[in-house]
Amino acid sequence: MKRNTLLVSAALLAALTGRAGAQAVGASVAPVAQQAAADSVLEARTNAVATQLRCPVCQGVSIQDSPAELAQQMRDLVREQLRTGKSPDEVKAYFVSKYGEWILLQPRASGFNILIYALPVLAVVGGLVVVVVAMRRWTKPPENPSI
Amino acid sequence: MNWKRSLIAAVAAVPLIMLFAWGFTRDPGTIPSPLPGHAAPLFALDVFAPGQPPLSRPVGDTVRLADLRGQVVVLNFWASWCLACRDEHVVLSTTARRYAERPVHFLGVLYNDRPAAGVAWIAEMGGQSYPSMQDPGARTAIDYGLYGVPETFFIDGSGRVAYKQLGPASEVLLAHIVDSLIAVLPQHPTAPATKSGS
Repeated sequence: MKRNTLLVSAALLAALTGRAGAQAVGASVAPVAQQAAADSVLEARTNAVATQLRCPVCQGVSIQDSPAELAQQMRDLVREQLRTGKSPDEVKAYFVSKYGEWILLQPRASGFNILIYALPVLAVVGGLVVVVVAMRRWTKPPENPSI
Repeated sequence: MNWKRSLIAAVAAVPLIMLFAWGFTRDPGTIPSPLPGHAAPLFALDVFAPGQPPLSRPVGDTVRLADLRGQVVVLNFWASWCLACRDEHVVLSTTARRYAERPVHFLGVLYNDRPAAGVAWIAEMGGQSYPSMQDPGARTAIDYGLYGVPETFFIDGSGRVAYKQLGPASEVLLAHIVDSLIAVLPQHPTAPATKSGS
């Protein structure tokens, strides 16, 4: 009986210390994990914006893909601006205000830029019309067949 | 029927030819800057190369654009690894010295380079009359939409970017723009004196 009491006490003590220890470890691990999660979210948001911005010292490459020093510095700036609470659109607007619309790898569909998006569609439609007209002409039976 | 076909071909081809012709008038390597006409981005940069009297500023001194309001600022971005910067160096340095008593500040900003390399370059080039500042992380360069060196920004007395020069600046260009900007400064007799005391 006495031995059982001792065993139960020991088990309780172990459970309590174990739990407290786990809590202590959890308390130190949780902020690290949260920080890592926040960092990965920030990194993902940075990448998303950086892929849309043109590297000014490269040829048609985004600042995300360029190893150039200026591109890396611009990426750092994107990260910093996102960290301070700016939205991706505000960050892009900042770079547009410095470099113009040119800095956007995908031009905005407004104003003169609409041509970029409209011309391919118009070309396809125009091509289809030409094909249809030509096919009709080719397949039309001769009106006055001569024997 | 031939005239009809010719008309269709012309209607299709003329806009394309015009578009291509317009394209030939543009340099694809030039990025049009949205800055001219707008407020110059403010900066506070530390001097690493002091320049020479009477234009010198102590090393470590912080130059703030906001403090130079009411005077013309010529802001030149350069680097020791930039070949074209060698071409304009003498012109910039002598022009700055010539305008020493006028309400204009010539300032250099080192772009993606080590200050030690910048100092060595200045010594190799025979000195620089005006001070140069370092720009860690190229933050000011990005603020000015820089994509190469040399680039020179002319900032008027109201703090607006009046003109941006891509590539080496010539003596004629510097004198023309600086004279024009000084001419439209609000008249205040203390301007040259303030400059030597700043």
